[in-house]
Amino acid sequence: MSGSLKVRVQRYRPEEDDAPWWQSFEVPWSEDTSVLDALNHIKDVEDGSLSYRWSCRMAICGSCGVMVNDEPRLGCKTFLRHYADADEIVLRPLENLAVERDLVSDIDPMLAHIETVQPWLQREQAEAPEAGETLQTPVQMARYESFSHCINCGLCYAACPQFGRNPDFLGPAALTLAQRYNLDSRDEGREARMPFLNGEDGVWACTFVGYCSDVCPKDVDPAAAINQGKVASNVNYAVNLFRLLRGGDDA
Amino acid sequence: MTRSLPRRSQEPVAWSLFGAGGMLLAFLGPALVLITLLVLPALLADDVAAGHAAVLAALRHPLGALLAFAGLSLTFFHTLHRLCHGLHDLHVPLSARLVGWVGYGTATLLSLLAGVWLLGL
Repeated sequence: MSGSLKVRVQRYRPEEDDAPWWQSFEVPWSEDTSVLDALNHIKDVEDGSLSYRWSCRMAICGSCGVMVNDEPRLGCKTFLRHYADADEIVLRPLENLAVERDLVSDIDPMLAHIETVQPWLQREQAEAPEAGETLQTPVQMARYESFSHCINCGLCYAACPQFGRNPDFLGPAALTLAQRYNLDSRDEGREARMPFLNGEDGVWACTFVGYCSDVCPKDVDPAAAINQGKVASNVNYAVNLFRLLRGGDDA
Repeated sequence: MTRSLPRRSQEPVAWSLFGAGGMLLAFLGPALVLITLLVLPALLADDVAAGHAAVLAALRHPLGALLAFAGLSLTFFHTLHRLCHGLHDLHVPLSARLVGWVGYGTATLLSLLAGVWLLGL
């Protein structure tokens, strides 16, 4: 199986271009040619000025997310052979994020949202290394394990219509990571994270469209994580309501 | 970069009613359709008046009335909640506040009407 395919790429070089423009290339492909391979071919052979992010070539680093025919995909995990019958494939930078250059998106808003939910193990008291590991049973690990496969590639942000309309929405990856640590038996940071999940830009801005889970290259299922977060936020709301009724402080 | 603590969303109230309505519909809906459309008409085909009296007695019983009220009211809230979010997802250019007031207001009004109707039976 081999052939050649027209690859149309959106170009934008802020120092030269007033607006994005399109450039087409004819790219030879064989069975194992990925979109990332096609971009590398273009840069090596056709036009060295093309910019795009990549690193690992094996769906671990999460750098090479692009829109392939309007669908958020990892370049390294998408193969030209699947588009053999198409007239062309069209590559654009990720939806819902600003363009820095060519296919390079500004992912700072996503990273800021992820940082907001404090996705790291938090312990109320620091333990000395001599105290040994904090152990966890396989059942305890199974609660969060699938959510820990996130590689921060941003495809879910490109897929999410709510993030597209409201960039303050914490978004699929951040809310999934919040859930991942809230479910971890070793973690004690839930109280610090819940106010962000409970807020108007937290879990409640999601209307369960579910496209994030469709496009996730690691099968993380952010939509499920967010809905679990809604249940947690609901419980938190009820507990807070009782606290208020008993004359306590609003939390 | 860390944010200041955001304002708590009041959505859990709407979502709880939506969830309860959805759960009730999923569990009771098919059974209700089966009973009211097929089983009861088949069983009571010979004596329609007795069937009417039995259903009326069930609805007049406090537990029956409560169940019927929950079935109606939660279904209203479930449906209107989805409609409100559906309007948002379809980019209908209305303020979320207005849609919320009209949507949940309609569900509240329909629930009140259902309650009044059940009490008056």
